[in-house]
Amino acid sequence: MSAALAPASPAELAEAVKSAPRVVVVGTGTKPRLAAVGDDVVRISTARLRGIVEYEPSEFTFTALAGTPVREIAAALAERGQYLPFDPPFAEVGATLGGTVAAGLSGPGRFRFGGLRDFILGVRFVDGEGRLLRLGGKVVKNAAGFDLPKFFVGGLGRFGALAEITFKVFPRPAVTRTLRLPAADAAAMTKIMTNAANTRWELDALEAAPDEGVAYARLAGPAVALDALASEIFARWPGEALVEAAAGKFWRDVGELAWSHAEGTLVKVALTPQQVPEFVAAARQTAEARSWIGAGGNVGYFSLPAGAPATTLAKAMLGRNAVTLRGTAPLWPGTRTKFEVFRAVKAALDPQGKFPGLDE
Amino acid sequence: MSPDVLHRLAAVLPAGRLMSAPAQLAAYESDGLTAFRARPLAVAVPETQEEVIALVKFCSAAKLPFVARGSGTSLSGGSMPIKDGIVIALNRLNRIVRLDPAQRVAVVEPGVINTAISVAAAPHGLHFAPDPSSQTICTIGGNVAFNSGGAHCLKYGMTSNHVLGLKAVLATGEVVEFGSASREQVGPDWTGLFVGNEGLFGIALEITVQLLPRAETFHTVLAGYRTLELAGDAVSAVVASGLLPGALEIMDALALEAAVAAVHADYPAGCEAVLIVELEGPREVVAADRVRLDGILAKSGAVEVRVARDAAERGAIWKGRKSAFSAVGRLSPDFIVQDGVVPRRRLGEALRKIGEWSREAGLRCANVFHAGDGNLHPLILYDGSAPDGLERAEALAGRILKMCVEMGGSITGEHGVGMEKRAFMPDMFSAEELACLKRVRAAFDPLGIANPGKMFPAAEAPALTQHGLHPLEKAGVISRE
Ligand SMILES: Cc1cc2nc3c(=O)[nH]c(=O)nc-3n(C[C@H](O)[C@H](O)[C@H](O)COP(=O)(O)OP(=O)(O)OC[C@H]3O[C@@H](n4cnc5c(N)ncnc54)[C@H](O)[C@@H]3O)c2cc1C
Repeated sequence: MSAALAPASPAELAEAVKSAPRVVVVGTGTKPRLAAVGDDVVRISTARLRGIVEYEPSEFTFTALAGTPVREIAAALAERGQYLPFDPPFAEVGATLGGTVAAGLSGPGRFRFGGLRDFILGVRFVDGEGRLLRLGGKVVKNAAGFDLPKFFVGGLGRFGALAEITFKVFPRPAVTRTLRLPAADAAAMTKIMTNAANTRWELDALEAAPDEGVAYARLAGPAVALDALASEIFARWPGEALVEAAAGKFWRDVGELAWSHAEGTLVKVALTPQQVPEFVAAARQTAEARSWIGAGGNVGYFSLPAGAPATTLAKAMLGRNAVTLRGTAPLWPGTRTKFEVFRAVKAALDPQGKFPGLDE
Repeated sequence: MSPDVLHRLAAVLPAGRLMSAPAQLAAYESDGLTAFRARPLAVAVPETQEEVIALVKFCSAAKLPFVARGSGTSLSGGSMPIKDGIVIALNRLNRIVRLDPAQRVAVVEPGVINTAISVAAAPHGLHFAPDPSSQTICTIGGNVAFNSGGAHCLKYGMTSNHVLGLKAVLATGEVVEFGSASREQVGPDWTGLFVGNEGLFGIALEITVQLLPRAETFHTVLAGYRTLELAGDAVSAVVASGLLPGALEIMDALALEAAVAAVHADYPAGCEAVLIVELEGPREVVAADRVRLDGILAKSGAVEVRVARDAAERGAIWKGRKSAFSAVGRLSPDFIVQDGVVPRRRLGEALRKIGEWSREAGLRCANVFHAGDGNLHPLILYDGSAPDGLERAEALAGRILKMCVEMGGSITGEHGVGMEKRAFMPDMFSAEELACLKRVRAAFDPLGIANPGKMFPAAEAPALTQHGLHPLEKAGVISRE
């Protein structure tokens, strides 16, 4: 493998992109499968491309270089009582902002106000021809030009190299309460999730651990209000509130997907709440598989130990849209519909195929 | 274009659904930005998705330009026709295909009216969050094309934040399906790229939107201030407090005067500005948050603070706010509405400049705006019958837009670039950035037949004729925000 290039500024990133016939940008490798491409592709590391460029608490916005660790950003925001409401995952283990955008990953908080795609405002990126371009805006509201910033979410860096990203942030709620709600089976768990989502409570997060048979609800807001809401929820579904320290650890673990096979395969699957029981059943039928449900039943995560055969995984995906974050499985283990326009947009942003295609 | 093309085109649809008589075309000559007009060759009125696909395939084969049209309420000339092209009117594709309360999603055709979604969802305690002031009349297809906003964007985002997936026929004739009914996506966000394309990629045929539970409680407050600066400072104080209101809106003296005249709105006397703040959520949360809000407003130098005690009083506050623009329009024969965005902390400075420049230009300018997200809507009043009335108004509008860009904001927060602001795109984007946007456009529409002449700066602009109220505003059906 070629030695990594490590640009320290957007201009240097543009030079790095121009310096080799084929390149791929990598962060800290928390989702290694996404950048596992051929050895002929030169790796550009964002390790030195870091730092918060602008932070305006009064505007609810910040701009940071792509290699900035999410943890660093979260700390800076917390000092001013703000946060990224979608709880970017893998923050504790060093995920970068750019890597999180390219992977298109959101954590539990996405349930309430939306995911990463709903908070990204603008990007500076290097296209396949080495041009440094800025699209989107730096203010919370902007409708000028096509929304390429959103398009880069989940694009795995295959359409451009992210240099700098602007996000909207929110004030952090005063306190949170975590409610553990055991369920008899997957159907009951799903029912808790769909019912809890359609109430006056405005839950902050709604996850489920199928292997444990438990749904987890999080409330966020002023302390006096949350206790009343929590009692109402418990009156409907018996359960228990986690004490603060346990809740903190619980959500940190959720954020790191700590339940998954550390050395094994980890796959993200787009779901609808209705598909949850089927997804869980397929996981149950797969030896050693572990799974997790997030965003009120709109995302499933699936993990197999290292060395599990690819066919096992493909079977468990039930033909849904899925992407492998970790492990040696195919990048897209489920189905992927392709349209002619996909090729045309790739050619518009990267005519020479400087960045690997989505199928590499 | 030869009459032969129209003949062949007519054969694509059942009889009687291609209109080309001048009298039939007149209604389609402009949109909400009445300054721009063009007469299309014909207006096609499909009733099914298949018919739309057949029309677009025909246009692609014949290199015939087309403009998709919902209700024609665009304020930036986005749905203005192309002289040598056709209009594809989508109002009859107005079926709610599926409403799934358990998953909180709806699948709708593009001609469905924005509020119709919330009306259908209401029995399940759900609603569709994007709420442009034109919501009782504009279509979801238009909302998708323009990524439309409303009064609740800071907390809930724009249309794009509520669109999970869509089916569309691209200008090439290719039929695509992006996203799904899931709130999470895998792979690049094609749906996100499509929303906000201003009709330049193709036509949305079916849109999957997320629905949200309706908030249980609202706490709506109206505060009057002696100066705009004080109202602006109050916004900053609310934002700095860590509260996240559903809406934060300001109206200035001229807008207040107009609202009083038009809908008999009642405001504290002697105020140069009124601030509207609304908290929403579970009653326990709102009860706790309102104590903080009331404390902040009590110290904000307000002349008077009024709290809506019931739904009727809340409705009255919003009626004044939402009717303000059309009300201002009644004070003057003609007006231009602008849609620039500035960083919130520079709102005071921006408003001061707008005031100075209006006085310099000898024009009156009312301000009604989304203070929470820095989205200004200066409304420039002028007399189109005066020799240089329109030119002076346009010059002032342009000056304001350039100021927005210089302050680090945007030329449009929610009305889109369309025809009106295309000349200002180079102020926001470099030549290379515009070229990139054009290449992306060409990927969806290599022939440049979908809504050509919009968004990108072009050589010839159609002659400006007159500004004024949208016909539906005159009729009091809609009001502008
Ligand atoms: C009084 C008034 C108040 C308004 N208030 C607001 C407001 O608060 N917030 C706001 O954001 N806007 C507002 N607007 C602007 C306007 O209502 C919105 O832009 C709205 O989304 C347009 O919807 P429409 O159905 O009228 O679309 P049209 O004007 O018919 O079309 C708008 C654009 O969408 C394209 N289009 C339409 N349907 C489709 C489709 N199916 N597929 C692809 N492209 C399509 C058209 O080609 C055009 O470019 C207001 C307008 C008026 C007149």
